Amino acid sequence: MARVEEAGDRDENKEEETSWWSPEAVEGGRGGEGPSGGSRGGGGGGGDGDGGRPDTQPQPPPPPPYSDQVLENVLENVLQFLVCRRDRNAASLVCRSWYRSEAQTRRELFVGNCYAVSPARALRRFCGARALVLKGRPRFADFNLFPLGWGARFSPWISAMASASPWLERVCLKRMTVSDADLAFLARSFPSFCDLTLICCDGFGTPGLAVIAELCRNLRVLDLIENDVEDEDEEVVDWISRFPETTTSLESLSFECVNCPVNFSALEALVARSPSLRRLRVNQNVSLGQLRRLMVRAPHLTHLGTGSFRSGIDEDLNATDLEQAFLASKSLICLSGFREVAPEYLLAVLPVCANLVSLNLSYAVITAEQLKPVMLECHNLRTFWVLDTVGDEGLRTVAKACKNLHELRVFPFEATEDSEGSVSDAGLVAISNGCRKLRSILFFCQRMTNAAVVTMSKNCPDLVVFRLCIMGRHRPDHVTGESMDEGFGAIVMNCKKLTRLAVSGLLTDKVFEYIATYGKLVRTLSVAFAGNTDLSLKYVLEGCHRLQKLEIRDSPFGDAGLLSGIHHYYNMRFLWMSSCKLSLNGCKEVAQRMPNLVVEVIGDRPKDLDSDTVEKLYLYRSLEGPRDDAPPFVSIL
Amino acid sequence: MEAETDNLKATELRLGLPGSGASDAAPPESSRPSKRSLNDHSQAQKAQLVGWPPVRSYRKNAMKAEAAGQLVKVSMDGAPYLRKIDLTAFKGYKELSKALEDMFKAFEGCKGSDYAITCYEDKDGDLMLAGDVPWEMFTSSCKKLRIIRSSGSESLKK
Repeated sequence: MARVEEAGDRDENKEEETSWWSPEAVEGGRGGEGPSGGSRGGGGGGGDGDGGRPDTQPQPPPPPPYSDQVLENVLENVLQFLVCRRDRNAASLVCRSWYRSEAQTRRELFVGNCYAVSPARALRRFCGARALVLKGRPRFADFNLFPLGWGARFSPWISAMASASPWLERVCLKRMTVSDADLAFLARSFPSFCDLTLICCDGFGTPGLAVIAELCRNLRVLDLIENDVEDEDEEVVDWISRFPETTTSLESLSFECVNCPVNFSALEALVARSPSLRRLRVNQNVSLGQLRRLMVRAPHLTHLGTGSFRSGIDEDLNATDLEQAFLASKSLICLSGFREVAPEYLLAVLPVCANLVSLNLSYAVITAEQLKPVMLECHNLRTFWVLDTVGDEGLRTVAKACKNLHELRVFPFEATEDSEGSVSDAGLVAISNGCRKLRSILFFCQRMTNAAVVTMSKNCPDLVVFRLCIMGRHRPDHVTGESMDEGFGAIVMNCKKLTRLAVSGLLTDKVFEYIATYGKLVRTLSVAFAGNTDLSLKYVLEGCHRLQKLEIRDSPFGDAGLLSGIHHYYNMRFLWMSSCKLSLNGCKEVAQRMPNLVVEVIGDRPKDLDSDTVEKLYLYRSLEGPRDDAPPFVSIL
Repeated sequence: MEAETDNLKATELRLGLPGSGASDAAPPESSRPSKRSLNDHSQAQKAQLVGWPPVRSYRKNAMKAEAAGQLVKVSMDGAPYLRKIDLTAFKGYKELSKALEDMFKAFEGCKGSDYAITCYEDKDGDLMLAGDVPWEMFTSSCKKLRIIRSSGSESLKK
């Protein structure tokens, strides 16, 4: 299946499941009863757990022993077609027989919080798992809010997997710590292993990559996306040369984040002997001339990460030659890279624009004029990431050209509170007028108005993800001087499919009342520098029944707000609160009243934990109780 | 006289991007942290916020200029010697403009009837007017700075 989405958030929009988590469901039921459907967390998926349970009927005389087995075999054959984990979770709750069959046929094990369940427990149930998809730290860890060494290590999982089954084929990790030793262990322990995707992870470097390249003979996918790759000069290894000399099965190779010089002749040779290669994303040490050579070797690419997009020193690259290479790449649907883009070469991509579904220019420092000729050809674009250097003018061009746009992300070139800011409410309005089918937007700006946000809410009713980041703290509507409550209120009111929301600017308790009243489908909410009182938190925790992930920073919410969520925390993946008004007593109370919740108080230094105020709180449901790998600066209540 | 003043204004040493106003806002500071450091001493005068705006350090690092420093020669017509300036020390044209002004204050002479145009030599050796392209692009292609001074408007007609 061709993956056309860009980095990171592939799983973000998929529905969260709560049903398989309930303790009874995981343990396989009590006594003679099947797992109870009613033990699903309250408020969640509508009325169930009522009549129709098989166990309430009077039992017929037991059938001959083998027909149970036949039934399970039939079930397994049917269930293997169920791929979506929500469907599987539902199926597993029907009765014990279905539970067992489902457990044996589930091939992909997804764990949204690696501390919610232990590897042993998860693998005991899903012994047939061939793919592990794990998420570790929550998103705020990307912004330096989690001290280093907090946790989320891959080691325990890969060790447990080695004991459970040698058939592991695929691993996808997000925000976890993966060491070179882990990678080596992975490469050595699983002969069928073929697919490794690491997103926003850390802890490994080129030595680990070298072992993967060398030992995973069936490797099809090696996608390294926005990881923090160790690159101490003395230890840099030429991992590209370690791939086997023979024809490889590589389909996808992404290493934009591996910021070490690359052995280009080895890379070129690798591409030449990888006939199945369809996705190639190189790092910025690959020059434009080198890129052209790679493209010539691999004309069937569907996804291309262009590296620097600048000619190397002493490289005499003819723009026509480059354009020829793009002309020959008839299958390209996804372009990214452009790390040091030389704008004079940008027009070389014109031949592929009409086929592009996804374009990531978010590292390209270009102006609206430079963007225009390219943009005007991109009629089929679904996903577009760009830097705000293109300004409102650039966004107008996008609105004009990309009528089918589903996802837009506008990143700030200067990520500070008081930078000039080149995009504003005008750009947002233009986008909303032109891109009516918009489903997902991430927009960084310095100036915004309620009117613009209201307009977007009306023009783009299909919005599922709305993330607006007004970079100045507490900044009001720059025209009326009012808070931004009404704008965000309109979003939750008019965009009835909204599941993810990030708010910013000057906001009072009112906006949270709106969110609670209208944002019934919201699963992920990000709050920063917002609200006046605990009422805000109370509204949200009581009103947003589908809320799974709540991340809050620097907002005046205290213990009363925290305690108002006690009825709901078991339904959530996590709650993060930092620089709020929480006290140790409040957090302790939550911990006492909710035994299946792990309540972590995190300090930057161990002695911070002695204070009565809680600077950072991270709480999450878990079947395992307090983790045993907590560092000294984490106190589990 | 009015026209002459207008001409002077039009040609005064200004490095704003075409179309941008003469805003005197303090140039924004961008952080240059190492991969794992949170605070940079050069930003001490502003209250330091960890992780705000919420942009991943991966992206922040990627936006930095690769070069650790970029010293270019600056020549000014009529000045007896050249100067050197580190382009990466500035965040934008405004800062550079101010620094150049300070550097060559001694040679201003009859400021009223002189005007100065800042040009630079790019990779191809061509003399370009500073200010047309985004700052980042300018720093990567600028090899030398040259400040052209003249009294009256004759030189513009060349």
